[in-house]
Amino acid sequence: MPTPTKGPRLGGGSAHERQILANLATSLFEHGRITTTLTRAKRLQPLAERLITKAKRGDLHARRQVSSVIRNKTPRRWNGEGDAYTIVHRLFNEIAPQFAERNGGYTRITKVGTRKGDNAQLAVIELVLEPVSPKQAVVREAEGAAKRSVKEQAAAEVEDTAAETAEVEEAAVEEASAEEAETTEVEADEAEAAADSDEK
Amino acid sequence: MAVPKRKMSRSNTRARRSQWKATAVSLATCPQCKSPKQSHVACPTCGNYNGRNYAEALRSEHA
Repeated sequence: MPTPTKGPRLGGGSAHERQILANLATSLFEHGRITTTLTRAKRLQPLAERLITKAKRGDLHARRQVSSVIRNKTPRRWNGEGDAYTIVHRLFNEIAPQFAERNGGYTRITKVGTRKGDNAQLAVIELVLEPVSPKQAVVREAEGAAKRSVKEQAAAEVEDTAAETAEVEEAAVEEASAEEAETTEVEADEAEAAADSDEK
Repeated sequence: MAVPKRKMSRSNTRARRSQWKATAVSLATCPQCKSPKQSHVACPTCGNYNGRNYAEALRSEHA
C-alpha cells in the first residue's frame, strides 16, 4: 500500500482533493495521458494504479468500487466510432486487459518543464501500454542458472568416472590447507615478537 | 509583545537583501539533440526523454 499523504490536501480540503483526484483519474483513463502539475500527478499515481488493479480483477464488487471514484456516467463514442460506453467500461474492457502481463507500475510520470504563468512544475502522467520487457537482472539470473545446471551435469559425469582420484585430491588439499594455517600462525607470532621488540 | 524601537534604515534593509541570491540551475546535455537541458526533465528543445517524445515539453524563446 502506498504511504498515506502528509501535509495539506490538494485544493484545500479532503473532499475537494477527492474530487480533484477523481476528475484527474477520469481524464487519465479517457485520454491515456494527461499533463498536470507534478504534485497532482504524484498524488494521482497511487489512486490510478489501485483503480487499474481493481479493473484487472474485473468482478462486480471491483466495478462498484471503481464506480464510486469515477462518477462520469455519460456514455460516449471513442474516436467517434462504435457503440457509446462509459469510462468505467473502457477501463475494465479495454485498458485492464492490456495490463494483464504487467505487475504494477501501470503509470509513468515524466517532468516536462515549468508553466509560464506561475512557474509550476508540469508533468505528463500516462498509461504504460508498451509490452512488458523482462528486466535485465532477471534475464542475467536465468542465464546464470542455465549455465550452472550445465556445469553441474558435467561435474556429475566427471565424478562418476574419476571418483577415486577426486578423493585423493581432496585429501591433498586438506593437508595443504592445514600446513598453510600453521605457517600463518607462525608468521603471526613472529609479527607479534617484532612488535614487542619495537616497543622496547 | 516585543516591537522594533527604530525604523530600519535603507542601508540595513539593502545590506540584508544583498544576501538574497539566486543560483543557476545545473544543466546536462540532451543525448538526442545535444542542446542543454535540465536533468530528469524532458528536453525543451526536442521533447525527448529516455527514448520517448513529449510535445508538452517543447518551449520556444517566448513560451
